[in-house]
Amino acid sequence: MLAGKTKNRIHSWFEERLGLSSVREFIGHKTVPLHSATLWYYFGGITLFLFVIQVLTGVLLLLYYRPTPSEAYESVQFIMTRVQFGWLVRSIHSWSANLMILSAVIHMFSVVFLRAYRRPRELTWLSGILLLGLALGFGFSGYLLPWNTVSYFATKVGTDMAASIPFIGHHLARFLRGGEDVGGATLTRFFGFHVAVLPGLATLLMLLHLALVQKCGISSPPWVENEYRRKNARIPQMPFFPNFFLRELMAWYAALGVLGCLAALFPWELGEKADPFASAPAGIRPEWYFLAPFYTLKLIPSHVGFIEGELLGLVAFAVLALVWVALPFWATDYEGLDRARLVTGAGVLLLAYLVTFSILGYWR
Amino acid sequence: MSLRVNRPMRTLPNRQLWIIGTKSLPTRVSPVGRHGRRVTSIFHATFFLSSLVLISTSLLEPMVTEAEDSCITCHSALEGNLQTPVKVFSTDVHQQRGFSCADCHGGNRNLDDPESAMSRSRGFLGKIARTAVPKLCARCHSDANLIHKFKPQQRVDQFALYQTSIHGKRIAAGDAAAANCVDCHSVHDIREVRDPLSPVHPLRLPETCAHCHADPAHMAKYKLETNQFAEYRRSVHWEALAQRGDLSAPSCASCHGNHGATPPQVSSVAAVCGTCHTLFEELYNRSPHQPVFASMGLGGCVVCHSNHAVKKPSADMLAGANAVCAQCHESTSTGGAAATEMARLISSLDVALARSDEILHRAQHSGMEVSEALLRQQEGREDLVKARVAVHNFRVGQVSKPVNDGLAISSETYGAGESALKERKFRRVGLAFSLLTIVVTMSGLWLAIRSMENKSRGISPGD
Repeated sequence: MLAGKTKNRIHSWFEERLGLSSVREFIGHKTVPLHSATLWYYFGGITLFLFVIQVLTGVLLLLYYRPTPSEAYESVQFIMTRVQFGWLVRSIHSWSANLMILSAVIHMFSVVFLRAYRRPRELTWLSGILLLGLALGFGFSGYLLPWNTVSYFATKVGTDMAASIPFIGHHLARFLRGGEDVGGATLTRFFGFHVAVLPGLATLLMLLHLALVQKCGISSPPWVENEYRRKNARIPQMPFFPNFFLRELMAWYAALGVLGCLAALFPWELGEKADPFASAPAGIRPEWYFLAPFYTLKLIPSHVGFIEGELLGLVAFAVLALVWVALPFWATDYEGLDRARLVTGAGVLLLAYLVTFSILGYWR
Repeated sequence: MSLRVNRPMRTLPNRQLWIIGTKSLPTRVSPVGRHGRRVTSIFHATFFLSSLVLISTSLLEPMVTEAEDSCITCHSALEGNLQTPVKVFSTDVHQQRGFSCADCHGGNRNLDDPESAMSRSRGFLGKIARTAVPKLCARCHSDANLIHKFKPQQRVDQFALYQTSIHGKRIAAGDAAAANCVDCHSVHDIREVRDPLSPVHPLRLPETCAHCHADPAHMAKYKLETNQFAEYRRSVHWEALAQRGDLSAPSCASCHGNHGATPPQVSSVAAVCGTCHTLFEELYNRSPHQPVFASMGLGGCVVCHSNHAVKKPSADMLAGANAVCAQCHESTSTGGAAATEMARLISSLDVALARSDEILHRAQHSGMEVSEALLRQQEGREDLVKARVAVHNFRVGQVSKPVNDGLAISSETYGAGESALKERKFRRVGLAFSLLTIVVTMSGLWLAIRSMENKSRGISPGD
C-alpha cells in the first residue's frame, strides 16, 4: 500500500512538471503500416541505434585520443593495448561506423523501391540524403584520425581529388588540409570536423528528419495502398508502442550481436604509423563505401579529349549525385503520376553499379 | 644529319676568332685628325667586309662540318669491321662529349680525301696496338685539366693504378693478351659506369671479369683457375647483387680493386673483408686465431668462409657434420667444445626467437594488437646478429652475453604472445556469453510481443 502510494506521488510529481500523459497518449496513437515490406522500416531505426553507439564509443575514445601527428597513432595503440576494453570500444566504433553507412544505404534504397519519397515526403528524402552525406563525411574524417599509413595516403588521394575541381578546388583542398599538403593541421581539422562540426549538424538534421517522419507519417508502398483501396479497406496498422518498438529493439539487439562478433573476431587493425616522407604503399585504397567512385576514376583515362579524366569523372559524379538528390522531383510526371519504372530502373542501375564497382575496386 | 651530331664544337670558333680579329682592326686606327674621313671610309669598308665574311662563314658551316667528319662519312659507307665502330659510336660517352675518331686514331677528319685524311704525316695512328691502348687513354684521362671540364669529381689516377696492377704490368712487359682499358670498358661504345648497359656497371662487372677469367684457353697461359665466377655466383655477395639488386654488394673489384687489380695477399685478406665487415675484422684481430693463422700463412676470413663462394653463415659452420671448426679442432678438444657451445647458444636464441615469432604472428592474424612485441622481437634479432658477430672473437663469453640478452627478450615476447592468445580466448568466451544474453533477451522480447499481441486479439496461451 505504502509502495503504491509512493509510486503515485512520484508519478504525480513528474506528471505535473512534464505532462507525461500527453506524451503517452501521443505515442499510444502512433501506428506503423503492417504489410509484406514492413521489415524495411527497421533500417532507419538501426541506423539511429548505430549512430548512438558511435556517439557513446566516440566519447569514450576521446578520453585517450590525442589529435597530433606525433601522438595520434600512439594514443590509439595505447587504447588498443593498455586501456581496459579499449580494443572493444575502438573496434565497435570502427565497425559500427561501417555498419551505420551500410544500414543508411539499405534504408535509402528501401525508400526508393518502396516509393517512400513521394509527395509530401520530399523534404524527408532530402534530409535523409544529407544525413547520408554527413555519414560519409564522418567516415572520411574519422579514417585519418589513427594516423596510419593507409589512412594518411587515402586522405592524400581524397583531398587531391578535391583539388582537381576547377576554380574552387585549390581553395577547397587547402581548407581541408589546413595547408598545401596533408599534415598535422589536417589531422587537427579532421578531428574538429569529426567530433564537433559533423555531430552537431548530424544531430540537427536527424531531429529534422525524425520530425518530418512524424509529421508526414510512415509511407506505404503504392501497390499496398492500391490493394487495400480496391478492397475498400484500411491498411492494417501496428501500434508503434510497444509492438513496433519492441520489434525494433530486437533489431537493435541483433545489430549489437553482429557488432560484438565483428569486434571480437575481427578487431579493427591499427596498421603502421604514417610516414609523410615515405612513398605511398602499393594497393592503397579508401574505405569500401568510396571504392566504387575511386575505381571508376581509376578506369577513366588521364585525358578524355581536351578534358582531364579525373575532372570529368568528378563532374559526372556531381551531376549524378544532384540527379539522385532531386529524385522526388523527377519521379512524378506533370500530371502527378509516378514514374515507377524509371525510378526502379535508376535504383537498380545505381545499386548494380555500386556493388559491382565496389567489388572490382576491392579485388583489383 | 649525323654529321651535325658529330661536329666537334671546339674547332669552329677558330675561324670566327680570325674574323673578330679583323673586326678589331679599326679600333687600332685613330679616326681623329686630318685623316678622319679616310679612316671612316676604311672603317666602313672593313665593317662591310667583316659582315660579308661572317655571313658567308655561317652559310658555309654545313660544308665545313661535313669535311671535319670525313671518318664517319667514309666508314659509314664501308662494311663489316670497318663500319662497326661508326655504327655504335653514337652511344659512346666520348662522342656525346664532342670527341671523335681522330682524337684517338689521329689523322685529319676535315679532309675528304682518305689518303690525305689518314696520312701518317698528319698523325694518323690507325688501329691502336693493344699494348698502346692504356697510354692512349691516359693521354686524356690522366689530364686533370681536361677531364675536370667534363666531370669535376672524376679521378685521374686510373693509369697510375693500372700500372701497379697485374694487368698493367703484363701489358708493360709486352703481353698483348693482358687486359687493357677496352677489355673492361668496351671500345667505340664506351658508356659511363653508372649506365646499366656499361660492362663495368656493378651489375655487369662480374660477367665482364669472367669474360677472360672464366675462359680456360685465355687463363691457361697464366696458370690461373677459371672457377672464380662460378663460385662467386654461389655466394651471398652474388645473391645480394644479382637477386636483390643491391649495387653496393661486393663484386670482383670490391676486393681486388679495379684499375689497380691485384690479387689480395694472404696477409691482407682480413683487411680486404674488413673494408665492409669492419666489426668482424676488429674481433678477428683480437681473437686467438689471428696469430695462429698468420704464423701458418693462412688468410684469415677465407679459411672458414672461402673466398669467392662465400656462403650464408650458420651455426652449422661451428658444430655438426659440416662444421668448419672440425677441420682443425677435435670435438673433444677445448676449441671443439667452445665451438659446440657457441653453436648451441646461437641456435637456442634462433629457436627461441622463431618460437616467439610464430606465436606473435598467430596472435596478429587473429586481429590481436602485438606490434609492440613484434618491435621488441627486432631487438632480439639484433642480439642474434651481435652473437653471430661475436663468434669471430672465438670466445664463448663474448657470444653468451648477447645470446642471454636475446633470450630474455624472446621470453618476454613469447609471454606477450601467450597473453594475446589468452586475451583472444577471453574475448571469444565473452562474445559467446554476450551472444547468449542477446539471444535470450531477443527470445524474451519475442515471447513478450507474441503474448501481448495474442492477448490483444483475445487468444489465450492454451488456444
